[in-house]
Amino acid sequence: MNNWPLWEVFIRSKNGLNHKHVGSLHAADAEMAMQNGRDVYTRRNEGISIWVVESKHISASDPDEGESLFDPANDKVYRHPTFYNLPDELKHM
Amino acid sequence: MKDHLYNFLLHLGDNALVLGHRLSEICGHGPILEQDMAMTNIALDLVGQSRNIFQYAARMKGGDTTEDTLAYLRDATAFKNVLLVEQKNGDFAKTILRQFLYDAYNYPLYKRLMNSSDKDLAAIAEKSIKEITYHLKWSSEWVIRLGDGTEESHNRMNNAIQDLWSYTGELFKYSDYEISCHESGILPDLNGIAEEWNAEVKNIFAEAGLEIPEKAWSHDGGKRGVHSEHLGFLLAEMQFLQRAYPGQEW
Repeated sequence: MNNWPLWEVFIRSKNGLNHKHVGSLHAADAEMAMQNGRDVYTRRNEGISIWVVESKHISASDPDEGESLFDPANDKVYRHPTFYNLPDELKHM
Repeated sequence: MKDHLYNFLLHLGDNALVLGHRLSEICGHGPILEQDMAMTNIALDLVGQSRNIFQYAARMKGGDTTEDTLAYLRDATAFKNVLLVEQKNGDFAKTILRQFLYDAYNYPLYKRLMNSSDKDLAAIAEKSIKEITYHLKWSSEWVIRLGDGTEESHNRMNNAIQDLWSYTGELFKYSDYEISCHESGILPDLNGIAEEWNAEVKNIFAEAGLEIPEKAWSHDGGKRGVHSEHLGFLLAEMQFLQRAYPGQEW
């Protein structure tokens, strides 16, 4: 069991919302990962849908490149929709 | 009060409670964290099911009887669970196989109890069936994984079959109260459940590469209170607190 791959677990908490990363776990295959995800991460009514993906399939950005990737957005306030009035009905923006 | 229904409720509740307690014994000792939680979840489901049944039985009995007195203040000879569920956890293969053999019986049983002539029991069955469906899915998959896994896991499954097979015959042998319950439409025909159980076990064993043993002698007695030596030790641990400190609450 020590060589079971690692899986990342994503849970949709209710219809209309996105799947959100909730953690990771070990499992031999996708089916077991799904069941383990159910047993470990949805015991308290956290979700209605589960995605699992083997961690090795996730490409992550390099923290060392953080400055070049993310800092340039810091001074571009005009990209935020704060200059418009959002209608009240619009949720989850 | 209908004695046969009351006894049948105790039988159902005891099955769930004893197996739930057995699984709870290995809380924190699962082979990996995820399976440890899976087994603990199932233990909690089973204890919850036994509570629903005992609450109903206690209402029927009246007087000082409560779900707690039924769980904590009866002696081994008053317990009516089948012998299968009181068998010790053993290794992971044995824990899994015991669970599967029970789930494969419990699922067709509760599915039919949803149409029981007793409306309260039917409602309890309906509430429990979703959990039981998952238990069966979980334990069947593990039987396949272990049976069809490594040489070691395959051998361990075979040892577990040797240990537990002789406790499966009792599941389908009518007790007195089951006969009465069957006659009054509370309990469906056990033969139909046996057929479904046989088909499920055959199916899953085939996928797991495991052999079904030849027909052989089987233990019985649990349903009428004649238990293996293991139940007394289990109850000693489970009931200790209420026996030593009567009426103690969380």
